[in-house]
This record gives sequence, C-alpha cells and structure tokens, in this order.
Amino acid sequence: MSISHAPPDSSPPDTPDASGFAKGGNGVASSRGDAPESPAAPVPAHDVDLGLEPIRPSSSRRTRVPRWLRRTSGPVLLLLLWQILSATGALTPDVLASPGRIARVAGDLIADGSLPSAMGTSLRRVAAGLVLGAVVGTGLALLSGLFRVGEDLVDASVQMLRTVPFVGLIPLFIIWFGIGEAPKVAIITLGVSFPLYLNVYAGIRGVDSQLIEAGESLGLSRWGLVRHVVLPGALPGAMTGLRYSLGIAWLALVFAEQINADAGIGFLMVQARDFLRTDVIVVCLIVYAFLGLLADFIVRSLERLLLQWRPTFTGR
Amino acid sequence: MATDVHRPVTPKTADPAPGSPARPTPTLAPVHPAPTPASVPHTRAPAAAPASAPHAVHVEGLTRSFDGRPVIDNLRLDVRPGEFVALLGRSGCGKSTLLRILAGLDRDIEGTVLVPRRKAVAFQAPRLMPWKRVWRNVLLGLPGKPERALAERALKEVGLDHRSGAWPKTLSGGEAQRASLARALVREPDLLLLDEPFGALDALTRIKAQRLVDELWQRRGCAVLLVTHDVEEAVLLADRVLVMDEGVIAYETRIDLERPRDITDPRFAELRARLLERLGVDTVAEAA
Repeated sequence: MSISHAPPDSSPPDTPDASGFAKGGNGVASSRGDAPESPAAPVPAHDVDLGLEPIRPSSSRRTRVPRWLRRTSGPVLLLLLWQILSATGALTPDVLASPGRIARVAGDLIADGSLPSAMGTSLRRVAAGLVLGAVVGTGLALLSGLFRVGEDLVDASVQMLRTVPFVGLIPLFIIWFGIGEAPKVAIITLGVSFPLYLNVYAGIRGVDSQLIEAGESLGLSRWGLVRHVVLPGALPGAMTGLRYSLGIAWLALVFAEQINADAGIGFLMVQARDFLRTDVIVVCLIVYAFLGLLADFIVRSLERLLLQWRPTFTGR
Repeated sequence: MATDVHRPVTPKTADPAPGSPARPTPTLAPVHPAPTPASVPHTRAPAAAPASAPHAVHVEGLTRSFDGRPVIDNLRLDVRPGEFVALLGRSGCGKSTLLRILAGLDRDIEGTVLVPRRKAVAFQAPRLMPWKRVWRNVLLGLPGKPERALAERALKEVGLDHRSGAWPKTLSGGEAQRASLARALVREPDLLLLDEPFGALDALTRIKAQRLVDELWQRRGCAVLLVTHDVEEAVLLADRVLVMDEGVIAYETRIDLERPRDITDPRFAELRARLLERLGVDTVAEAA
C-alpha cells in the first residue's frame, strides 16, 4: 500500500473523469506514489495500473459453520479419540477408563447420593473459605489502601507473608486446628485473601487522581470521596482479584481435602485411588472442572452487572 | 486523597435551595494556607473580608512556590461579582496553578485568598465519574438528597437533557464537556472557574461551547474566571483580560466591545494583536 506525499494540488491532472473520484479532492486516487509529474503531461487512465483490490465486507468472509458448533467440535473430537483408544485396548481401564464407563459411573454415584453429598460438603468449605478470605483480604486492602497508617502497618507484613506458599502451611494448620473442618477452611481462606488484597489495594491506589480532585472540587467529604470515587474506581481491580481468588479457592480445596478428609470430593478421590478406580477419579475431576466453570460464570455475571459503565472490547 | 484542611473552605452549610440567579454580594471564605492547623475553628467568620468594594475574588500577596521556585510571586487580583475575567499566559506561567488555588485544590500558599463559598470548577478534561450516569455525576457532592429533576434542569440548560441517563464513556467530547458544565452550574456558583474547558474540543464544537458559556454567564450572572491560552477566546468572552507572566498579572485590559462580539471587527483584531504581542508572539503581518 503506498500512501504518498504528493502535493494535493497536483491532483486534477491525475484524476481523469473515468476514475470515479471527485475532482480536485485529496482522495486516494490523487495521492499516488511517484506522481509529481508536471501538469502539462497528464497521464492517460489506461496507463496507470494501481492494482486495485476489493475490500470485502466482513460478513462475506464468515464461514457457514455456526460459532457454537466450531467451539464444541474440539472437545467432541477429543472425546471421540479417547473412546476409540479405550475401545481398541490402547488405553487400559487401570490407566484411564473409557468415556462411556465414566458416564455410567457418574450416573451411579449420583444415584446412590455419594456424589451430591460430597459436592455439598466441598461447596460449603469453599463458600466458608471464600467469605472469610474476602472479608480478610478486602478488609486489609481497605485499611492499607485508604489510610497511610494502615499501609505502613499492614502492607509490609502482607507482602512478606504473600511469598510463603500457603500449601506449605498445611502441616502447621493441622497441628493448630486439628483434622476437622477448621484447617480446610483456614487454608482456603489464606489462599483467597492474598489475591484479593493485592488487587483491591492496587485498585484503590490506581484511582485516577484527577477524579479525586474533581470530587474534592465538588465538595465531597472524605467519606464521600471514598464512597463515590475511590471504591467504584477500585471495583474493576476487585473483580480481577475475585476471579483469581476463586481459582485459588478450588486449588486450595483439592489440597485440603486430600489430607485427612472423611467427606467431600477430595475424599472421594483419595478413596478411589486406594481402589485403583480411575473412573471415579475422572468423575471427580470433571466435577471440579464444572464447579470452576460455574464460579467463573458467576464472576462474569457480577462483572457485567457492576462494571456496565465500562465499555469493553468483546473480540471480533 | 482528601486533605483534611479542605473542610474550612467549603463547609456544608451552603443552602441547597436553588435560589434566584441574581443574588447579592457573595460571602467570601478565606482559603487558608496549608501550614495553618486545621483544628483552629476559624471557619465561620471571614475576618479578613474586605469592607470596601464587593468582590467575588480577592487575592493579595499570594505566593506559591514549587521547590523554592516561586511560580506565583506576590500576586494581586480582584474580580467583581458577575465579572467575566479571562486569564491568559504562556504555558507554565502559573495560570492553572492560580485557578487551582482559587478552587481550594492547592493550599501550599502564602498570602490572602478570598473566594465565595459557592464556587465550581470545570476542568479541561470533563472528569466525570465513569461509574455514575450523567445525572448522578451532575448531582455528585450536592448536600442532602437532591432529585433527578434538578440535574435534568441543569442538563437542559446545556442542551444535554436527552443524555441524562447515559454512561459518561458513551458521550462525545463536546457532550462530556457540557455535562461537566452542568455539574458546575447546578451548584449555583457565585464564582465559576474554567480551566481551559474548550482546549480538548474540536474547532466546531469549541465555537458552540464558547457560545454556550457566554449565554450561561449572561443568564446566571456569576463571576467567571476563564484560564485559557487562546487569545481569540479570551477577547470573545471576557470583560477583562489578564496576562500572567513571571508569577504576577503583568498586563490587563478591558474589552468594551458590545456582545455578541464579532471576530471580524477591526477593534477585535487590534485587541487580539495587542494581547498576542504581550504574550511574546509577533503579529505584525496579522494585525496589518
């Protein structure tokens, strides 16, 4: 593509009537690359081959296959491959059970009530840990984000603790809290607090100072500034933090439930491992995946609701 | 973050009732320099209020330094109630700093600064809260629980009532700037501070916005301080044009042309040339 620097006033001789462009304008036709010819020698139209190419509207480029079909075809193919490998005996059941068998086992587990009750237990743990972690994480973030004293007191300690891998604290938590629900909820709480703290804190500190000044000039009190300017401005950061937190909550749940659990999905998995039941393990993994998807969906809906003022790029 | 010392300047005592546009001498509140401890309860009585001629702004001996370098140096400025004053100056001459001081946003000052309690600012960027719909932005910071109708009246005045429920990020530049003006006007200010409010607008929108400000000022009758670098704009709108240089008002001139003003008027061109010359721009060719 050549965008030239030819002077616009050289255009009239360059644009014969046949070109279809308005005369005398500095349109595309007039701005040719090597065009500072003298007006005395106009170039005939048929001598100039610009090699025009059409710009197709995006609608004509779309394939006939609908989007949802394209998106589902990948996983379906994978599933098909898995079934074929299992049917031909390339994948033995003690390595990985076939999809058909997994579906049957899932049906059985739901029918005898063991899967729903395990899910209930696990969901309760995640919910408790998430709520506690959200309270601690956002509470500390508000403290250090809004007050300089809070920052001095809180931030350094949190940044220091953040670097300790929370999973490594499990043995300590078992000694402190025993083997009941408390250590499991505590580990999820710990895992959830940090990403929320970091993102809410960054969100608060990242609020446009021009808006704060505008709020001040409108006569907002300190609390009014926090309520109308700082907190709404920190909301996008908080949502990002929430999303991270949910991911970590599931991770922490898996860790917590594989140690000393007597109920929950993790317990189901540990039990299945002892009996070499790969089918049950896979069912549990699928349940984890679906719960994760559900959580993500909830955050997305929340974002759509709370951040509707933000025009976002949704892809093409 | 909010400065605690901000409170003495805009106490919430301002009555929310939308009074008549024509109002008597505004009560001036001193802008206290930052070193003054905020605990001293000197809010109520503006002790240093001048007894003589009424003022909308009274500044005397104002100095503001950045790192020991005075940007405003012993400045003196008076603005009468209802007067439209334009403040010109080269970039970095301290004109925006002066406006920020008058708005109460910059308090590291020495000297006397008296401004009305009811004042409003429109910045160069509209600075609307993107998470509040337009009408909520307009009402932001008003005392009590103002009704949406109040915002809609102000928006109607700037011709934006049809976008009252829109999100600020969906407004065009001109619309956002008008919303910002409505937000300033709804406060019924005695002093309206405009910090290059048309600077970011395209040429056509700017002309419309200038006309709008002219109209609003004539209707409201509040004092206006317009900070700008556009000489034409200053001559078009102001009663009095000040040129700031070296931290003081270096030059001032009245503009006695009748309104609405015509930029093709030779007197207009002459004033413009004189001001440009003051600003260090050679305009011999243009003035001729």
